[in-house]
Amino acid sequence: MATLTMVQAVNDALKVAMRRDKGVLVFGEDVGPKGGVFLATEGLTKEFGKERCFDTPLSEDGIVGAAIGMALNGLKPVAEIQFQDFIFPAFDQIVSEAAKFRYRSGGQYTVPMVIRTPYGGGIRGGLYHSQSGEAYFCHTPGLKVVIPSTPEDAKGLLLASIEDPDPVLFMEPKALYRTTKADVPEGYYTTPLSTLRTARTGKDVTVFCYGAMVPVCMKAAEQAAEKGIECLVVDLRTLMPLDEEGVLEAARQTGRVVIVHEAPRFCGFGGEISAIIAENIIEYMEAPVARVTGFDTPFPNTLEHHYMPDARRVLDAIEHVHGY
Amino acid sequence: MSAQELLTVTAQDGSAVGHDPKLSSEGLLHCYRTMLTVRAFDDVCLKLQRSGRIGFSIPNKGVEACQVGAASALEKTDWIFPSYRDFGMALYHGVTPTEMMHNMFGNDRDTARGRQMPVHFSFDKPIRFVSISSPLGTQIPQAVGAAYAMKLRGEKHVALASFGDGSTSTLGFHSGLNFAGVWKAPVVFLCQNNGYAISCPTDEQTASESFAIKAKAYGMPGVRVDGNDLLAMRQVTAEAVARARRGDGPTLIEAVTFRMGGHSTSDDPTRYVPKELVESWAKKDPVARFERFLEKQKLWTKEQGEALYAAAVEQVTAAVKEAEGTPPPKLESIFTDVFATVPQHLRRQGQAAFELAARKGDAGAGDGKFPL
Repeated sequence: MATLTMVQAVNDALKVAMRRDKGVLVFGEDVGPKGGVFLATEGLTKEFGKERCFDTPLSEDGIVGAAIGMALNGLKPVAEIQFQDFIFPAFDQIVSEAAKFRYRSGGQYTVPMVIRTPYGGGIRGGLYHSQSGEAYFCHTPGLKVVIPSTPEDAKGLLLASIEDPDPVLFMEPKALYRTTKADVPEGYYTTPLSTLRTARTGKDVTVFCYGAMVPVCMKAAEQAAEKGIECLVVDLRTLMPLDEEGVLEAARQTGRVVIVHEAPRFCGFGGEISAIIAENIIEYMEAPVARVTGFDTPFPNTLEHHYMPDARRVLDAIEHVHGY
Repeated sequence: MSAQELLTVTAQDGSAVGHDPKLSSEGLLHCYRTMLTVRAFDDVCLKLQRSGRIGFSIPNKGVEACQVGAASALEKTDWIFPSYRDFGMALYHGVTPTEMMHNMFGNDRDTARGRQMPVHFSFDKPIRFVSISSPLGTQIPQAVGAAYAMKLRGEKHVALASFGDGSTSTLGFHSGLNFAGVWKAPVVFLCQNNGYAISCPTDEQTASESFAIKAKAYGMPGVRVDGNDLLAMRQVTAEAVARARRGDGPTLIEAVTFRMGGHSTSDDPTRYVPKELVESWAKKDPVARFERFLEKQKLWTKEQGEALYAAAVEQVTAAVKEAEGTPPPKLESIFTDVFATVPQHLRRQGQAAFELAARKGDAGAGDGKFPL
């Protein structure tokens, strides 16, 4: 075991993958000698050479487009988009190309690649360094969307994503990059995609969350426990393809559900969780589903702490559904 | 060669003085037959579309020499990242009209199992003719990535990205050429400037004095070539391919040609193309020019040409018969190939669709459940 921050765990996963498979390449803006703006790729160029870890021209469309070509031709590209807010020039390549190659070619051409990108608020990044765009991508058949919340999962899920035969958007909660250190197994291991993690067990209220909202929800769950409300906190980890059965099972256990994400509410991922529950297990529900989310506004800078769900807001929702 | 002057090898009368095409008589005839097959495929598909038997087609009349001349400079180990008006390249390398016709009918033997519109081909042998999508320019940086992989592994292969004049305005053109220049990737960019992007003429597409000259800003050579001259297309592409194989990096080729038909069977070019322009290009027909060249080599007579075209039509017609007689894809094909394995939620959606189809009595043969 090593004790690592999340960004160190990401770095470790990349090193392990590159040592294991010569076809794994890491590239993007400033990921080479500088090691990335968050240092996620620190030391890779030095260890693996500039043919396997390198800076690209400043073009997200080019980064993803070229990564697709590499993946079509047998490499395992792990491309970095410096901030998820800047991914949109590559939207066409991701949505129209990477996600559709297998389908449109009957499996002749496939795109096993990973796009890593830091997302989310909490760093005073304002409109363009804070967004959570997961819903855009979950709405794209053929693309997997993975979001870790712990250092151990960051490494295991990233290695599983690199091993996966399909394109994966790996969204890293940058607010958690350095907030905690935790034990991370050394060497190679994978955490299976499309599996949930039970972050806390409880019989009264189920809280669904992912990424940077997991520690927020854990804090709210602790405060709820002090008031005698035991929460089952579920870290979704893979949003697409989602473990729907696991979601339904966790919702059934308490019949009271709170869904938390920092992305805007309207058409957000919480709406899907809510709909799955309503469609399948409405008879088990003791209270209406509550969502705690970012507002349907652009992401504010100075007042970001009001925009982002915090333990105060989550606890309020937990108490509401518990008392319903 | 330069980015401004137009390279021509074959004069309109078919003479190619002092030029060595570096092809045997059989090789030259293969080029010719391929162009005739493109034309036959077009002619047959237009009739199929007009009679409602297929939904859509893309005509190639006028640009056959671009496709076949360029393809003739590639090896089977090279990769083609085509546009939707490039299937002559696939035919040249041995893809059959039957394989293509399965796509036109969207049947169960179509590579994409009927998921795409017609003409969106995908073939992985005998040459990599990479799956075509409808958004423009997206294949350009992809070709660069595939070429990077070749370079990294020390292979001497090249990737050819083919696109039209309209695509030079896309994000993909800029990022693709820029990346290729920086990486010195073994890639050939073929811009087929056929005068119009659907209805938008080139002078409304760019204020640049040519498309080829854009290469300069990306640090690579740009060449302008007569796209209706098969031998010139072959020569210029071969030089670009050789340069890429040597490790000297990418080239941008602008092939100046003209699309004699509509953008697609849904388009009426008489609404925007001046009649005189069509008439002037009709005199420069690439197939007729190559026939005059072959005639001078004593490889062609009018009767032989007609017989070869008739044989091509017969081959394509046989392909139609086979493709039309092949059943449509099974319902299951909607849900497979989204991911490598069918995930939980798609399995549930698929199962519901099968059950509904069975209940309503419109399930096809084999529609039941996932064979997984």
